[in-house]
Amino acid sequence: MFAETPFVRDKRRSETTAKWVFFAMAGSMILPLLLIVVFLFVKAAPSLRVDFLLDIPRRGMTEGGIWPAFVGTIYLVFISLAVSAPIGILAAVYLNEYARDNWLNRLINLAVINLAGVPSIVHALFGLGAFVYAARFGYSILSASLTLAIMTLPVIIASTREALASVPMSFREACWNVGATRWQTIRSVVLPNSISGILTGVILQVSRAAGETAPIMFTGAVFFKAVQKGDLFAYNLNEQCMALSMHLYTISTQVPGVRESVPFATAVVLLGSVLLVNAAAIALRAHMRARKKW
Amino acid sequence: MPSETHIEIRDLRLAYGTREVLHGISLDIRRNEIFGVIGPAQSGKTSLLRCINRTIDFSPEASVAGTITVDGEDVRGAKDLYALRRKIGMVAPLPVGLPLSIYDNVAFAPRCAGMNRKADIDAIVEQCLRQAALWDEVKDRLDSLGTKLSGGQQQRLTIARALSHQPEILCLDEFSIAIDPVTTMRIEDVLKDLRKNMTIILVTNLTQQARRLADRTMFLWNGEIIELGPSDTIFGNSPRDRRTYEYVNGLFG
Amino acid sequence: MSAGDTQPAAQFSFAVRHAKRPAWALIGERLLTALIYACGISAIFFVLSIFVFVFKEAAPVLFSDRFDLRQFLFSEQWYPTSEINKRYGVLAMTAGTFSVTALAMAIAVPFGLGAAIYVSEFCGPRLKETLKIIIELLAAIPSVVWGFIGLTVMSKLIVQFTGAPVGVNILNGGIILALMSVPIIVSIGEDALKAVPDSYREAGIALGATRWQLVWRVLLPAAKNGLLAAVLLGVGRAVGETMAVLMATGHAVKIPHSILDSVRTLTANIAAELGEAPADSDHYRVLFLIGVLLFTITFFVNLAADMAVRGIRKK
Repeated sequence: MFAETPFVRDKRRSETTAKWVFFAMAGSMILPLLLIVVFLFVKAAPSLRVDFLLDIPRRGMTEGGIWPAFVGTIYLVFISLAVSAPIGILAAVYLNEYARDNWLNRLINLAVINLAGVPSIVHALFGLGAFVYAARFGYSILSASLTLAIMTLPVIIASTREALASVPMSFREACWNVGATRWQTIRSVVLPNSISGILTGVILQVSRAAGETAPIMFTGAVFFKAVQKGDLFAYNLNEQCMALSMHLYTISTQVPGVRESVPFATAVVLLGSVLLVNAAAIALRAHMRARKKW
Repeated sequence: MPSETHIEIRDLRLAYGTREVLHGISLDIRRNEIFGVIGPAQSGKTSLLRCINRTIDFSPEASVAGTITVDGEDVRGAKDLYALRRKIGMVAPLPVGLPLSIYDNVAFAPRCAGMNRKADIDAIVEQCLRQAALWDEVKDRLDSLGTKLSGGQQQRLTIARALSHQPEILCLDEFSIAIDPVTTMRIEDVLKDLRKNMTIILVTNLTQQARRLADRTMFLWNGEIIELGPSDTIFGNSPRDRRTYEYVNGLFG
Repeated sequence: MSAGDTQPAAQFSFAVRHAKRPAWALIGERLLTALIYACGISAIFFVLSIFVFVFKEAAPVLFSDRFDLRQFLFSEQWYPTSEINKRYGVLAMTAGTFSVTALAMAIAVPFGLGAAIYVSEFCGPRLKETLKIIIELLAAIPSVVWGFIGLTVMSKLIVQFTGAPVGVNILNGGIILALMSVPIIVSIGEDALKAVPDSYREAGIALGATRWQLVWRVLLPAAKNGLLAAVLLGVGRAVGETMAVLMATGHAVKIPHSILDSVRTLTANIAAELGEAPADSDHYRVLFLIGVLLFTITFFVNLAADMAVRGIRKK
């Protein structure tokens, strides 16, 4: 009695087909990438040792390690973070907690969207015009970090806003009802309960800043800089530095005769660090979802 | 029977955008009375409370006209808005335990007001939790999260928090909507006790609750006062307005 | 309960009523609030100053009589370092940007939307979480790594399979940009599909629609604004991308005739030449002018995407 009619069978088949077509589309975007990552690792294998990280580039950057670039990236990332995190978090607090729905705030929203959408090379031009020349910081870690900071601001604003918005409105109302000011409400209830979301944003900013090349290329990153092997305090704020992303670009396009595994290993270190940092953000988010306070 | 006017409302109009929800209502609430407000959903009951403690300010699309005075002071010209809000305790329909410890939930308002002596705050926390009939249940775990309490406990915690700034006026907005009848009865006992010290505005969707507790009751419908009078009259067999009789006896609403 | 009665409430009402916040707390709060407002408005300030600073560097050449705006936009002759015959025409690079972006979108839009539909409608919650994490990680891969992949892996594959003389060309850049844009399209597209109320799906299924029909007739029309925004943001990313196209598209400043031709995009041109152009030379200023052009293009693309998103929220 409940045997399939041809109509039902066709329907079921079309359903299965649809599912597999879309599955194939999703898979065909993801699978090649996994293969590429594996390929990068295989090619990089001959150079992937701890000493590769700690050593300095040798023989005209054709051999040796990546320490100066690695340290330079750390400098750039943390200085840009020190600038963009406070501004971004407070901007998000403004947008989520203080802003009303008027033209000014629509304009701010539009500005944030555009800040995220401006091409990275235009950020580089801006950094060059504003920080290197106008502010007279010269080609330096400071100029490069400030450029990165402005470029990555939207990352922090977006995730902080999302974190703040996830705190239920009823908590705020309860605070206002007992005579708390907006700031008292934010400080004692809203911020403590969105801190993991804000941290996620900060971590994402780190990963974004570490990977960017164009904005630092003309503001403070340099092809080569002599640095002691393993020296953690290799740079001053007002001098140029090497950076991992820039180094990868340089040795894969500008320097002839580089040992094949070196650029691959550099790419793997850069990619690996960025993915690790992102994985940390994802883990943090999963963790915070698991132990919600309400 | 108390008779001194505590809150005076004159021709209060409230609109969200172009939609008017309170159409010019006037009433007096007397000191130390329990003032019941009944009426179907969307009648403007909650909006009325929000006008009194001016949390209506947080709805940017709302516009208010008319005057409300508390102790003769116009709330719309209040010098210290936060002090005004502390004068009025507010309990929302759904219990809201702040994601802080039980102790901090109650200590929050005094701290915001600027109190910082530990002994004073300890005393306030204990007394308010006792007044809200919660002390015995939580006294051993004051540092556990307020949000982890049961619904009924959270509602009593909300009441304790509303008492923690020692208000002169306590507004309860359908406080029993999310809790069981036993807890409701306990809180009603608490209210009878509290009226010695404060004026209580009891907004309720349970007409019988107003009948049990309120000295005077107002029937608000579609933003207009249909009838306001002693509870005996409102809930008796011959209120002045037929609609009051019909609503109270469950013929509509 | 009874214990409360022994302590009249009025006993400490005095203390709370007369508590005062210390002056430093009040002033601190004022200052902090001002700071929060300032940071909120800073986004406008930053976007404006980006435009102002880039435009300021470009202005001297834009308003000089040596420079012809029509030539800049519509000539394909780009000879910035020529001694006798300087030409600043960016048409070839505009064509480069356009062709690479178009190819990238031709690949990324169907696959990205397909993947968004799969993630949102067809897969179980477990797989969905996993896929979303993978997509998030893909979005995090730095563009210089993409460029490196294009330069090393993709170019070899292209030479092998198409027999093209060089592997860095439109096809290479287009594939790389497509892979880079897919995560954006998938995540924004999935948001748009999630925003379609379940009642639509239920109504569709109740009417006996297959899921295939549901997707075509119900979901896509209902989510079209959000999907449009997803595509536009993908376009914005592709137009503005620098390092990947710099490394993967080759460096030929000419109008391409096939997808196996090398091209140079607007962004790659700035990146490639800014280091060599002497500061304050015409060449240097024209590169900033290209920056103004890029800023303007991406501004309008993002504005359009924002309006599309606003469209769904209103409904």
